[in-house]
Amino acid sequence: MTSTTYPSASTRSLTWRFARPALVLAFWVGVWQVATVVVHQEILLVSPAGVLVRLAELIPTAGFWGTIGHSFVRISAGFLLAALAGVLGAALAATSRVVDALATPLVTAIRSTPVVSFIILVLMWADSGQLAFVISFLMVLPIIYTNVLEGIRHRDRSLLDVATVFGVPLLRRLPAIDVPAVLPFFVAGCKIGVGLAWKSGIAAEVIGLPRGSIGEQLYQAKLFLSTADLFAWTVVIVAVSYGFERLVLALLTRVQIRLSRGRTT
Amino acid sequence: MITLRGVTQRFGDEVVLDGLDLDLVDGGLTVLMGPNGSGKTTVARLLLGLAVPDGGVVSGLEGQRRAAVFQEDRLCEHLTAVGNVRLVLGRTTGASAVVSELRRVGLDGESLVKPVRDLSGGQRRRVAIVRALMADADLIVLDEPFKGLDTEAKALVMAYVRERCDGRTTLLITHDPAEAEWFGIRPIELTRRGTSEPSR
Repeated sequence: MTSTTYPSASTRSLTWRFARPALVLAFWVGVWQVATVVVHQEILLVSPAGVLVRLAELIPTAGFWGTIGHSFVRISAGFLLAALAGVLGAALAATSRVVDALATPLVTAIRSTPVVSFIILVLMWADSGQLAFVISFLMVLPIIYTNVLEGIRHRDRSLLDVATVFGVPLLRRLPAIDVPAVLPFFVAGCKIGVGLAWKSGIAAEVIGLPRGSIGEQLYQAKLFLSTADLFAWTVVIVAVSYGFERLVLALLTRVQIRLSRGRTT
Repeated sequence: MITLRGVTQRFGDEVVLDGLDLDLVDGGLTVLMGPNGSGKTTVARLLLGLAVPDGGVVSGLEGQRRAAVFQEDRLCEHLTAVGNVRLVLGRTTGASAVVSELRRVGLDGESLVKPVRDLSGGQRRRVAIVRALMADADLIVLDEPFKGLDTEAKALVMAYVRERCDGRTTLLITHDPAEAEWFGIRPIELTRRGTSEPSR
C-alpha cells in the first residue's frame, strides 16, 4: 500500500501567489513575441529579447543611472511636495470656508487644464530643468487635495463630539480620530498620484528636453528611430514608477498597521 | 446650579422641547426619564454644549468641565480600552490607574490588550463608562449608560457609577424606573412634547 503526500493549502496558496504574476508576465511577453514575429520589422516593433539586450547594454553605464536619478529626483520631489501641500491645503479648507471657497475653483481649474498647457507655460516662465518637478506637482496636487478633503469631511462626527465634550486637545485627537479616518482617502490619492506624476513628468521632459533626463532619451530614441531604446526606456519608466509606488504604499501601510494595532498604554 | 428655563428646540417642523424647565441637583444625581422622542438626548446635547437651544436659557455651564456616556459607545475602534480612556485623560493619568479602574468594572487582562473593536457590546459599554467617570469633569451626563449590560455586570457598574459620581453634578437619562429606584432618586419625567414634571 502506498501513501501520497499532498501539499498543504497554505503552501499551495503561497506557491500560487508567486507563480501567478510570473505566469501572467510570461503570457504577455509571449503575446509580444508573437506580435514581433507577425510584424517582422524591428524598427516598428522590437522583440522582448531585443529590449533585454538593449537594457543589458544600458544598465552597466553611469549615464543610465544618472538619467534615472535626474528624473527620479524631480518627479518624486514634485509628488512629495504635492502630497504635503494637498494635505495642508485640505486641512485649511476644512477649517475655513474662505480658504475652501478660494481653493476649490483653483483646484478644479488645475485639474481641468491640459497638461500640455502647463508644460508650455512653465517653459515660458522657468528653466526646463525644473519642468518635471513643477508638472508632477501640479498634476498630483488636485488629487491629494480633493481626496484628503473628502476624508476630513467623512470623519466620524460622533467621535469628534466626544473630543469636544471631553476637551481633547488637537495633538491628541489627530492620531486617534482624524488620521485613521483620513488615511484611506490619502492612500487612494497616492495610488493614483504616483502613476500620474511619472506619466506627466516624463511627458513634460519629452517636450521640454531637460538635459540628462529620461524624456530626453525617449526623444532621441524617436529622432534616431531607435525602437529598442524607446522600449528599453519605457520598461525602465514602468519599473521605476512601480517601484516608487510600492515604496510609498509600503510606508503608508506601515502607518495604517501601527494605527490599527492601537495603543496599549 | 445648572438650569434650563423655557428651553425650546426644534428639528425642522418638529418641536422636540417646548418651554422645558429643569434644575440639575448641584453636586448630586438627577434622573431624567421619558418616552422615546420626548427630547431626553436633546437635553443631554444642550448640557454638553453640542447644541444651542432655539429658545430659552441654559445657565450654569460656564467653566464646567464635562464628561459623558452617550447612547452609543463612541469609542476609537483601533485603540485599546486603556487607549480610549487615556485619550480623554492625557498623560497625567498613568496606564496602571486606568487598568485598575477597568478591572473594577469587570474587564479582564485579555480584554485590555485588544482593540475595542474586538470587545463584546457589554465590555465596550464599560469602557465608555470608565472613560466618562475617570475624566476630570464637573458635569457628567449619562445617556442610558447601562444599555446592553447583563444583570451581573449592571449591578457592578451601577455601584461603580454611584461611587464615582458622588459629589459631582450628574444627569442620568434612563428608560428604566428600576434604575432610578436603585439610586434612590425620584426621576423627572419628560412628557412627549419635552416638558418636565415630577414622576408620580
